[in-house]
Amino acid sequence: MTKIVVDVMLKPEILDPQGNAVASALPRLGFTFAQSVRQGKRFEIEVAGEPTAAQLAEVEKAAEVLLSNPVIENYVVRVEK
Amino acid sequence: MRVGVVTFPGTLDDRDAARAVRAGGAEAVSLWHGDADLKKVDAVILPGGFSYGDYLRCGAISRFAPVMTLIIEEAKKGMPLLGICNGFQVLCESHLLPGALTRNSDLHFLCRDQKISIENINTPWTLSFTQGEEILIPLKNGEGSFQCDDATLKLLEGEGRIIARYVGENPNGSRNLIAGITNAQGNVVGLMPHPEHAIDTLTGPSAQGLGFFTSILNALVK
Repeated sequence: MTKIVVDVMLKPEILDPQGNAVASALPRLGFTFAQSVRQGKRFEIEVAGEPTAAQLAEVEKAAEVLLSNPVIENYVVRVEK
Repeated sequence: MRVGVVTFPGTLDDRDAARAVRAGGAEAVSLWHGDADLKKVDAVILPGGFSYGDYLRCGAISRFAPVMTLIIEEAKKGMPLLGICNGFQVLCESHLLPGALTRNSDLHFLCRDQKISIENINTPWTLSFTQGEEILIPLKNGEGSFQCDDATLKLLEGEGRIIARYVGENPNGSRNLIAGITNAQGNVVGLMPHPEHAIDTLTGPSAQGLGFFTSILNALVK
């Protein structure tokens, strides 16, 4: 079993009110390290055995068509070792 | 004249939309998300709600429902199609309309009566209005902030494709106060606030939402 991870983040120019809310909650709890926070989504997809290049290409396609909305989001596909 | 109203799992406003269609003078036809059958309708409304629980992104999964494949095909051929609230989100996810609807800028779910101005009366859904007419209809959404890149915004403004704008303070952070847009052909309209909840003063803040439903009847009988 191998895990393929797809990280989906709002594009940098898209306002992220959820990330902003987290950023403003942190200092209220005494955490003062954050300059800014962006919130995204992570998909963990399990496949049997080592994924082939063709399978990874399929995952890329699924990330483009379903897992992300390319109008507002970017995605990264990687295989977790 | 037959106007289809789609029900997805999680749709809320299909009954009000059907009632509004009847009040506008057309026949309302229920369409089921799982059926690849448009029942010979002349136009379609995608009503508001939380289709597929808003899982993944609002409208993202509804876009792939069997009924949507046919609706997208027919809309590309010119069939009038109106998406209200969640329906607007489905239209953006389907790429029938540009841009995307994102979380309200203040993160709150809004539910209030909202004044909007009708800015394009050349679509089959807005032709009963007068240019610049201000109407008061409910606005209720969590993800109603219309976002797009600068080039798209310029295009929408330049081609008069913004069909409605919020009047007064921006309720949700939408670019250029956008409440509704249309596609290049003008047959597909997405609108964030809810005209179907404002067709009589007994149940709505006004009867001014009815204009969308008399518009489609007039467009179809032309």
